[in-house]
Amino acid sequence: MGVGIEVKNLNAWYGTNHTLQDITLNIPANHATALIGPSGCGKSTFVRCLNRMHETNPIARVTGSVRIGDLDIYADAKPVQIRRRVGMVFQRPNPFPTMSIYDNVASGLKLNGYSNRRALDETVEKSLKNSALWDEVKDDLKKKSGASLSGGQQQRLCIARALAVDPEVLLMDEPASALDPVSTSKIEDLIFQLKSQYTIVIVTHNMQQAARVAEKTGFFLNGRMVEFDSTHKIFTNPSDKRTEDYITGRFG
Amino acid sequence: MNVETYKFRSRMRAWTDGTVTALSILATVLVVAPLIAIFAYLVYKGASSLNLAFFIETPKPVGEAGGGMANAIVGSAVLLGLASLIGVPIGIGGGIFLAEFGRGTKFANAIRFTGDVLNGVPSIVMGMAVYVLIVRENIPFIPFSGHFSAFSGGVALGIMMIPTVCRTTEEMLLMVPHAVREAALGLGVPNWRSVLSITVKTASPGIITGCMLAFARVAGETAPLIFTALGNQFWSSNLNQPIAALPLQIYVYALSPYDDWHRLAWAGSLVLIILIVLAVSLVRFVTSRGVLKGNS
Repeated sequence: MGVGIEVKNLNAWYGTNHTLQDITLNIPANHATALIGPSGCGKSTFVRCLNRMHETNPIARVTGSVRIGDLDIYADAKPVQIRRRVGMVFQRPNPFPTMSIYDNVASGLKLNGYSNRRALDETVEKSLKNSALWDEVKDDLKKKSGASLSGGQQQRLCIARALAVDPEVLLMDEPASALDPVSTSKIEDLIFQLKSQYTIVIVTHNMQQAARVAEKTGFFLNGRMVEFDSTHKIFTNPSDKRTEDYITGRFG
Repeated sequence: MNVETYKFRSRMRAWTDGTVTALSILATVLVVAPLIAIFAYLVYKGASSLNLAFFIETPKPVGEAGGGMANAIVGSAVLLGLASLIGVPIGIGGGIFLAEFGRGTKFANAIRFTGDVLNGVPSIVMGMAVYVLIVRENIPFIPFSGHFSAFSGGVALGIMMIPTVCRTTEEMLLMVPHAVREAALGLGVPNWRSVLSITVKTASPGIITGCMLAFARVAGETAPLIFTALGNQFWSSNLNQPIAALPLQIYVYALSPYDDWHRLAWAGSLVLIILIVLAVSLVRFVTSRGVLKGNS
């Protein structure tokens, strides 16, 4: 089951560049939350702070607190433990090129030392079904490389790979921006199904996409969160002038 | 722009295209021609002296016909095996450190520079260095030291392999896309595990090429063996004794005044090249099995 995320006074830097300024918000469990805003506004940095990927860059720095369920991820745990609870799907599909479809999905478990073959088989099947890829690949799970699939299939493979380690939260950083409309709509359907089991945070440039899949939407601008409210309210009656300008296409 | 100008420009483009294509074909021919010429000449000079005896007999004394280089073939295999045992793990380990764990540090830059210098050290100097270090004197805790031995020859060749293996490993690891590393880290895989199981595995075809280049390079080295492995007219696979090697045997035979030995030297050169090609192809074949290839 998913858990809620409480973010308090989160600040992040790349070198001297203060990319996130004083973000405070509560992301509800088992819902999809969309983050929108122009390029460079800090929304990607924000999700990367939620699984401590931000700090893999040597010049990056973070302050503030992020509580995922009952765990303060910056105080109570190591990054490796956090990332097993908080899965991530990246903008460009990034399957492991030398691995078969099966090994790609099983990689998170295998690389963490898990080797029960039957349990692995079950997890791989369940994850691929959950990511709506099973029917397309079940006949050549071990014969084909993950890189031989189409872009949209690769992205669903990456979702299956993230689901296989059984996370509570799924972060998606523009998961459909490199895909064609058909693949995009498959990913959106998927998000719709997955949010009953996981807490989903999705960064998107596509405002219709945010409106279609998310209950809550946050609008980021220049490293600050301008507004966070129900998606319906953000798109029909935003309280901040800047949000209205952005969603009506007056800038950004 | 009128139609005439348009046609003229189109003809010019076709001409440029043809010229550049012809030049690149010419360049390819110039690259491949010496290789083919050398190989053809070796076949012409050496093939007639190749017979079963060449592969199963040891050298005969001067004046006696026949004899072969079986001991030198085995000796080369022993020396190269030992060299690979030393050069490949150290080189790959160093490359992983340079690309992954030590990237950007002064220590890594110093190692990289040292490796490049080592790569430029003439092979005869490498032979002398190993001679001074472990052949000339009996050093406690270093096995087989104090005299000429197969071991010291393997060490000399192994050290020569390190810089090539190390730098290719580093370059190949740096070519692995950042997205692939992020994918592994994002799954909660510890960094060391991600490096060994994902990054190195993704780069492995290139790393293997680097090892093969280093192997092929030292397989033909004569100079570092003169002061170390020394050569041997008899059967030996003992690491503690001097050992024969194909390049050494070729060197000795080619400089001799006897026509018989000259013919054997030609045959030996041909065999050396064929064995290197076989070894490299075998490793390629074995390591490429079971690797799935993607379209992208």
